[in-house]
Formats: sequence, structure tokens, C-alpha cells
Amino acid sequence: MVMSDPSSEAPLSGPHSMPHDTQVRATPVAAGASSQPDIKIHCAGVDAFYGEKQALFDISLDIPDRAVMAFIGPSGCGKSTFLRCINRMNDTIPGARVTGRIEIDGQDVNGKDVDPVVLRSRVGMVFQKPNPFPKSIFENVAYGPRIHGLATSKSELADMVEVALKRAGLWDEVADRLQQPGNGLSGGQQQRLVIARAIAVQPRVILMDEPCSALDPIATARIEELIDDLRRQYCIVIVTHSMAQAARVSQRTAFFHLGRLVEHGMTEEIFTNPREPRTQDYITGRYG
Amino acid sequence: MTDPHLSPAAASRLKARHAAERRFRLYGQLAILVALGFLAVLLARVVHQGYSTFWTHSVTLSVYLDPARIDRSDLEGNNFDYLAAGDLLKRLEVNDDALGLASGEAMDLVSRDIGFALLDRIKADPRVIGTTLTLTVPVKANADLYYKGQIRRETPAEDRKLSNRQIDWLDQMKREGLVKGHFNSGFFTRSDSTEPEQAGVLGAVVGSALMLLVAALIAVPTGVLAAVWLEEFAPKGRLSSFIEVNINNLAAVPSIVYGLLGLVLFINWLGFPRSAPLTGGMVLALMSLPTIIIATRASLKSVPPSIREAALGMGASRTQTVFHHVLPQAMPGVMTGVILALAHALGETAPLLMIGMVAFTPGLPETLQSAASVLPVQIFIWENAAEAAFHERTAGAIMVLLAFMIVMNTAAVILRSRFEKRW
Amino acid sequence: MPTPLAIAALLVVSLAVYALGRRRVGRLSEGQSLHSLPGYYGLWIALWTGAPAALVLLLLMAGGPRLESALLTANPPAVVAAMPSETAQAFWSDAKALADGQSTTRIAWSPDERKVLKEKAAEAAALESRIQLGGQAAALVLVLAGFLLAWPRLAPQLRARNRVEGWIGVLLALCSAAAVLTTIGIIASLLYESLRFFHSVPPLDFLFGLDWQPQIAMREDQVAAKGAFGAVPLFVGTFLVMIIAMCVAAPVGLFCAIYLSEYAGPRTRSVIKPMLEILAGVPTVVYGFFAALTVGPALRGFFNYIGSWLVQGPFDPLGQYLMAVQNEMALTAGVVMGIMLIPYISSLSDDIINAVPQSLRDGSYAMGATRSETVKRVILPAALPGVMGAMLLAVSRAIGETMIVTMASGAQARITANPLDSVSTVTFQMVQLLTGDQEFDSPKTLAAFGLGLTLFLVTLTLNVIALQVVQRYRQAYD
Repeated sequence: MVMSDPSSEAPLSGPHSMPHDTQVRATPVAAGASSQPDIKIHCAGVDAFYGEKQALFDISLDIPDRAVMAFIGPSGCGKSTFLRCINRMNDTIPGARVTGRIEIDGQDVNGKDVDPVVLRSRVGMVFQKPNPFPKSIFENVAYGPRIHGLATSKSELADMVEVALKRAGLWDEVADRLQQPGNGLSGGQQQRLVIARAIAVQPRVILMDEPCSALDPIATARIEELIDDLRRQYCIVIVTHSMAQAARVSQRTAFFHLGRLVEHGMTEEIFTNPREPRTQDYITGRYG
Repeated sequence: MTDPHLSPAAASRLKARHAAERRFRLYGQLAILVALGFLAVLLARVVHQGYSTFWTHSVTLSVYLDPARIDRSDLEGNNFDYLAAGDLLKRLEVNDDALGLASGEAMDLVSRDIGFALLDRIKADPRVIGTTLTLTVPVKANADLYYKGQIRRETPAEDRKLSNRQIDWLDQMKREGLVKGHFNSGFFTRSDSTEPEQAGVLGAVVGSALMLLVAALIAVPTGVLAAVWLEEFAPKGRLSSFIEVNINNLAAVPSIVYGLLGLVLFINWLGFPRSAPLTGGMVLALMSLPTIIIATRASLKSVPPSIREAALGMGASRTQTVFHHVLPQAMPGVMTGVILALAHALGETAPLLMIGMVAFTPGLPETLQSAASVLPVQIFIWENAAEAAFHERTAGAIMVLLAFMIVMNTAAVILRSRFEKRW
Repeated sequence: MPTPLAIAALLVVSLAVYALGRRRVGRLSEGQSLHSLPGYYGLWIALWTGAPAALVLLLLMAGGPRLESALLTANPPAVVAAMPSETAQAFWSDAKALADGQSTTRIAWSPDERKVLKEKAAEAAALESRIQLGGQAAALVLVLAGFLLAWPRLAPQLRARNRVEGWIGVLLALCSAAAVLTTIGIIASLLYESLRFFHSVPPLDFLFGLDWQPQIAMREDQVAAKGAFGAVPLFVGTFLVMIIAMCVAAPVGLFCAIYLSEYAGPRTRSVIKPMLEILAGVPTVVYGFFAALTVGPALRGFFNYIGSWLVQGPFDPLGQYLMAVQNEMALTAGVVMGIMLIPYISSLSDDIINAVPQSLRDGSYAMGATRSETVKRVILPAALPGVMGAMLLAVSRAIGETMIVTMASGAQARITANPLDSVSTVTFQMVQLLTGDQEFDSPKTLAAFGLGLTLFLVTLTLNVIALQVVQRYRQAYD
């Protein structure tokens, strides 16, 4: 894969569109009439800097809707940085600078008229360590709807919270203790609470930054199930250290190395038949 | 974003949210502005009122020591000020009236220094009687204020401290070059006095230095060693946590309470002298002890455990590890804490009032046990003084005190910034 | 010989013993290996020789004068016993001054008294030399005993380093004990003097009395008039000034902290923080000066100006009142104290807000919250306990602050909630009662200790609660 391919308007066309189609058809819910998946996020020539240090070099990548895309690569390869470019979380870091084009539904997120507040309400994010606010479970989920003024009445808010918790598969476990503090839950529950919190504002994209790295295997399995579930409605981007996880949950995979996008494509293909030797080395565990 | 077709309700809500955000940010900026504004006003006020302290005026007089008017049998009984005033009147070509009113008013323009200076010269060598001596002495405080424009001719005569005649004379003296303005070195070489033009900060500075020395000699070793014990040796348990709580609370005890402790313990029970640098220093030592302990502990904590392990691994004992490796590494942080604690002690006033440091002390303290004044208390005393000339001296003394504080704080900041680079 | 000289001599002897011990163990070890470095042997024997004696000499220096005066005044002669207590005090201090060859008070003693004074001066001199001699003899015995006991045990097998380190450990522990001793000293001295005060004024009258007029009890003919030591007006004054100060400092300090930690970039921070530190480092007497000469007149001018607008209008009485406002009032002291507390609250809150984990901020921003929403809905609720603790510490400081109220709050002890009134605070009265002429038995002077004890207990309670709260808060996010 050539990294700085300016003509990557439709990178999913061509040789690897076939296996993708089969993949999509295999999941009946997402199967659209079109054989071409919708492109949700389109990135071209993205560079990122922390002060003097360049962290990303000319990333161009298209991310499809209603599917899971995994970013893999060794530590410090820029995959988290790239993830944070999508919802402009890098704005909060002093000295961080992003250039290039990132479009969601055709609109540049770095555009002048773009309000990061609105952007982030459309692009949810889940972090490495579960970070519920020190509030009740209910208030945690209600946080987003409250600040964005999504609910007009108390009962509507309660409904939104319930829907979000149900979708995150947490409702049955917490329905009777919504007023208890969110940090009283177990790690896995906390992470699902955080996902529910992100879902509650009805985002279109969900970014996940190593969501399972702080969890035990059982909790991890539940989260992975949840991700697979959510894929039917959202465009999901997940950064992971675990190649097994990438293989389990994602349909497409992008491999980053030293701030560059080395290779991306169908997950199966990346894992079974990588084109780049560096990818091969990483996947087989020579480094990373 | 992403959706250019926000509903009107959502759009207006968003607008309101951003307005709230800007307001909130503005509150923050206003708060900073208020705090820094107060600082600026405070410093400006002090400088505005105090800068004139460092400039003063002196008058040069040639006094004929008329043998007929000097009683050799009782030198101290002679009124040399009067003699000098007569000389001044002669220079001004004014004839004294029968009651000596003119001489009296002239005397009020020249510092009493001239009398003492003449007396000293005669005592040193009686043969000067009959000759003419030329001396330069400060003008009286009110005359000085007139030259500085703080007493004005336009003010109605009954509202100012100088009569019309005196003002005429002052103008004349200035014209004839009798009076010269110069840097007020006397402010730094003299001690407290009831006469503003003779008052300086030297006694207070020396007193403060002595007191700080005592405080440092007691508090620094005790505080550092106590912190070393608590951090490196003390068994972690009830005792050490009790001591820790104790120290944290001591650090927040009002300073005036330390003054009461000093009054009862040192003065009443142990019979220490009142108003002495020794007593004051011990009170300040007790006061800064908790701060020094807390700072030292924080600094010891920040030394990475790997250094301890390395030394212990070489077969050093715990004591050797601490004193050869950990403490030297922590030293910059310790020194920062110590300097800040001492700077704070330097500016402390209330506890010293409790141990009787408000007494008027004209000279320099001779020993640690003799009465002394210190800078902050000197400021307090001058602030209460009635004479207008003490007002500028109050601010002048504050400038001296702040200069010391700024030097100490800068030293601490420099040390800290060096220290921070290390780990 | 004077005690400091004795201490110097002891130091020299100890050094000599150190060298001696070092050499001796060097000689003993011919062929054998030493357990510790030779210096430790020298140190060990020097400690045994010097330390106990040094302790005795230091005790002598601290307690000698006290012991002397206790012995001297134990059996007062009839002339002195008949004197009023202040005169007797002056008599004894003159006796000591005579003995030391220092200048005496200017009291003209009668010939009879003069005779007794001379006798007592001689007695004082004798006592002093006897105490000194006794102490120094004891020290000498200890030096010899320590040296003679330790010398034979000096051998290469001796674990000198461990022994010396044991001494060092004891020294370090003693230094830590100094902190505890300070607390005990504070409590003991305040309690002792307060109890004497509460002998003449019942504690309930003191704590709940509404009238504070300590000067009344000064007059000999008026035996501690009842109700003259009611401290309620002082508590009210203190509280009023504290509330005003917190009204200024709490919002400004908190917003400074929020701005610095959430909005300001590193460069702004590096400029503003040192400036706030300068504000924090300004001595309180300078704040007092600022209050008395700048803020007071400015506020007075402001209110007089408003008053001049209101006079002869519908609010004439209010106008008249405002016209009469003086420099010294609760508002002046409160505002300036508030300025003093701004950097204190700001730096404490800054630390506390910084302790809120970054992940919570990220979580909130990722939800599309603005900065202010994040601060108001996530950071402040999370930091609330810590911020409350910081506020309590500031309250405790406001209550104990002395110089500003002394220089700017006025002097009238009255029960008022009007910030434009002149009020009197606990600390102000302590300064008033204890500066100037003192006699230690009058309730007037002792009242200061009653106030001091109250102040200490109140601030201690606040501090204990605040520090607990802050510590729990810290642990929650560690």
C-alpha cells in the first residue's frame, strides 16, 4: 500500500472489494443493497505534530460505515494519535497540531465552521481505562443528553438512559441500582457504562482506544460481543494491542508503524497474507 | 458540524452553550486580573509612597564656636542647636528678635544632628572652640518634605507644619546652595529614632538578621533530621502517623499562638529576655519547624527508591545510605523549602508583638539577648507614628523588606527549577 | 566559668577523645581487621564522653536562671512580702540586675529596702555561681565516667558503626519529638494561663458574655466587673471579618485556580503562578499597611460619596450614615484579608483540581462537553471535598490572622453584622492586651490567653477536619 496515494478517493474499489463484499453479506443486518460499503470517514494526507515532533506522516485511509476497523501496531506507532484526530481530541493537548483532511460524511472535521463540541457529540469515544464520572450510574449516562439538551422531559431522559444501557448490555445488571455511584461497578461493567454513556448521545461513529487492555478475559469477551453487536448500527474504530482481538472483532485492519500507515485492508487478508514484510514481522511477533 | 442542518432549537442551544463557555472563561480571566491587579496596586502604592525615602536633603553650615557662648564646664548642657541656628540666620540675613523666635524657627529646619556633631568635635578636641566649623547635616523632616513637594506653600499656613517665614527661608537656602539633595544613605546606616530624619532601618535589619540566624540554626537541623527520621527510619505505624498529623496541624496553627507559647514558655517560665533576637528567633524556629519538616519529607520522597536500593546493595548501612546518598540528592529541594520557610519567618510580625518586640530600640542590638527591633515590627511601629515624615519611611522600610523577600524567593525558585530538571 | 565557655571546652575535649579513640583502635588492631572504620570508634567514645555532659550543660543554660530566681524568691523577706506584686517583681529583677552588674529600674527604694536589695543581690550572685558550679561539676563527672566506662571496651571487635548509628537514630527521633513537644508546649502554656484567667472570670461568662470591656477591670477600685470579659462581641467581629474575606477570596481564588489549571497554556501559567506566589509571600504587616492607608480611605471615600448623593433625598438617614463612615471598619480588614487569601486558596485548589484524573476530562470532552461544562459538571463535583478542605484551611487562616485586623479593623468590640462598622477581633484584642505594660496577674493580661486558647481550639478543629478531608480526597485519586 502506498501511503501518500492522493487518488484514494475510492480505495475500496479494486482487487480487495470482493472479499469485503462477502464479508458484509455474511452479516445479514448490515447487508445493504449496495455491494459497495458506505464510506463514513475519509482521511487524506493527515500529518500530526506534538510540538516539534511529528507523530503522523501522511495518513490516507477510508473507514466504512457499519463495520469495525481495527488499528494495530507497536506502541508509539501513532494509532492512538490518529484515533484522536478523528474527534479532534488532540485539540485538548497543548502544542498538538493536525494537518490534512479528515472527512466524516463528506465534511472536514478540521474545517473552520466545525464546532468540536458538536463533532464530538457525533463521534463517541471510549478510553483505555474505564473513566466513569464520580456520579451515579444514571447521571453518567444522562450526562451527554443533558449537556446537549437532547431530552425535553425527565421521562424522555430516563428513556434515553434506559435505551443506552440496554444497548450496552448493562441494563439487566444495573436496573435496580441506577442511583449508585458509577465507580462502584466492576471494571468490565464500568467500561460498558462508559460505552452506554457514549451511545446515549446517538453518535454516528464510536472510537475505542484499547478498550479492553485494563480488563480481565471474561470482561473482555463481553465487550467484544458488545462491539460486534454495535457494529450493526455504528461505524466503529478500535485501537488494540491484541492481534487476536483485532482478528476477532474487526472486518478491516490498518497497520501503523512509526507514524506511518503501512498497510490496510480486510482483516483476514492482513492476517493471512500481508503484503508488507513489516506487517508480516509484526503479526508473527518478531517485534512490537 | 458534520450536520449543517442543525435544527433551529439545537442551533440556539449551541449558541447559548458557547456563550456560557465564553462567560466562564471571562470569569477566570477576571479573577486572575483581580488578583494581579491587587498585587500591582499594592506594589505601586508602596513604591509611590516610599521611593522618596531614598532621597533626602542636607544643609551645610559654618558655625562659629563663640567662646563667649560656650560653657566649658558643662559641655553637654550647651545648646549647640541654638548656636547653629544663629549661624543659619546670619546666612539668611535675618536678625533675631528679642524672644529668639526666629532662632527657634530656624532650629526647626536643621536636624538635631548638628548639635551632637558639634559636641562630638569639641569633646574630641576642645581647641576648636573659637574657630569656625563647617558641617553638613540633614535638614529636619518637615523641611525635607517641603523640598520633596509633600508640604506645599499653597496649603493654608495653619494646616501645614511650616510657617510662611520658614518656607521663605527654605527657598532662600536652596537658592544660595546651602541645601543639596542626595541619596539617603542615612536610611541604611542609622537605627530607629524619634526624629524621622534621623531614623533608619539598620537596627531593624541587623535585628532581623540575628533573629533569622537563631531561627535557622535551631529549626533547620532539627527540621531536616526530624524529616529524615520520619521518612527513612520511623516504623510506619500509629506513632509516625500521629506525629505526621501533629506536624500538619502545627503548620496551620495561627502564628500569634506561637507568640503566646514564646511568652509563657521562654519568657515567663525559662526567664529569657523580652524583645531579644534570641527569644524571637526561638519562637520563629518553632513556627517554621513544621514547614521545614514537610518540605524536607516531600523532597526525600521524590528521591527514587533505586538510589536507596543501589546503596544498600553495595553493603552500606541504612544510616550511611541516607546521609551519603538520599539526603544529598534531596538537598536542593530541602534548601528551597528552608528558604521559603525562613522568608516567611522574616515577614512575621504577630508572634513578635507577643514577646514584647514593640519597644522603641534606638541602637544596634549588642548581643543576642539585648533588646532589638526587626523590620516588620519597625514597619508596624512607624505606620502608627504621627509624623508625616514617618509615612514615607514606613513605605521605604516595606521596600527594603520586600527586597529581602524577593531575593529569598528568587533563590528558592532558581533552586527549584534546577531541582526539577534532575529526575 | 560561663556556661557557653564550658560547652566550648566540652567540644574541645570531645574532639581530643575522638582523636585518641581513633588512634588507640588503630594500634589495637595490629594485624586484626576492624569491624568498622576507625572514625566510628573515635566517634563512639567521643559520644560517650561528651553527649551526657552536653545535655546537662544545655539544661543548665535553659533552666539555670529560672532555678536561681525560684530559689531566690522562695522565702521573701518581710519588706518584700509586704509589697504589691508588681513592685515585688521589680524588686527581684533589680536584685538580679545588681548581681549581674546591669542597670536597674528607676524605682527609688527606701533605705530599708535598699539594704535588703543589696543582701538579696549578694545572695543572687552566690546562688548563680553555686548553680553554675554544681552543673559544671556534674558535667565533669559525667565526662570522666563516660570516658572511663567506655575506654576499656574499645576493641577491634566492637561494632562501633552500629553503636554510633544507634546514637544517631536516637538523635533523629528526638528531633521528631520536637514537633510533638511544640504541640504539648502550646497546649500546656495556653491551658495553664487560661486556667488562671478562668479563676477570676468564669468560663461561661467569658464564652457567652455580651460585653467586652477589659479596661474596666484594670481600675483598682472595680473588682473585675462582671460581664467585662464577655468574648461574644470578639467572636462576632472575627466571624464578620472572616465571612467578608471568604466572600472575596473564595470565588476569586477558585476561579484563578480553574483558569490556571484548565484554560491557561503552559506559558501563561509560568508567568502568572510566580506572580501569585509573590502575592502569597507579601508579609501580613504589608497587607496591614495597604489596608490602613489605601483600601480603608478608598472605601471610605466611596461610601462618603454615595452618602453625599443620598443626603436630603428619600434616603437621607442612610446618606447621613454613609457620610460618617470611617477608614477602620470590618469591610476594610475583610477585603484585604480576602486579597491575602486569594493566592492561598488558588494554590491549594490548583493542586486539588490537578489531582482530578485526566481521564475524566477526556471522557467529558469526548462526549462533546465544552470546557466550562466539564469544569462545572465533572471536575468541580469530583474535586468538591478537596476544595471544601482548602476553604476550611483558608477560614482557619482568616480567623488567626492578626496584623491586618490590628491595623485596619478599628477597635470597638461590638455585636454587629454591619460591615461598615468598626469591629474588634480575637487576635486584635490579644495584641491589645499583651502589648504595652504588663502585669502577669491581672485578668486583663490573662484574658489574652483565654482568647488564645479559644482561637487555638477553633483553628485546630478546622485544621483537623480540613486536613482529613483533603487527605481522603487525595487517596481517592491516588
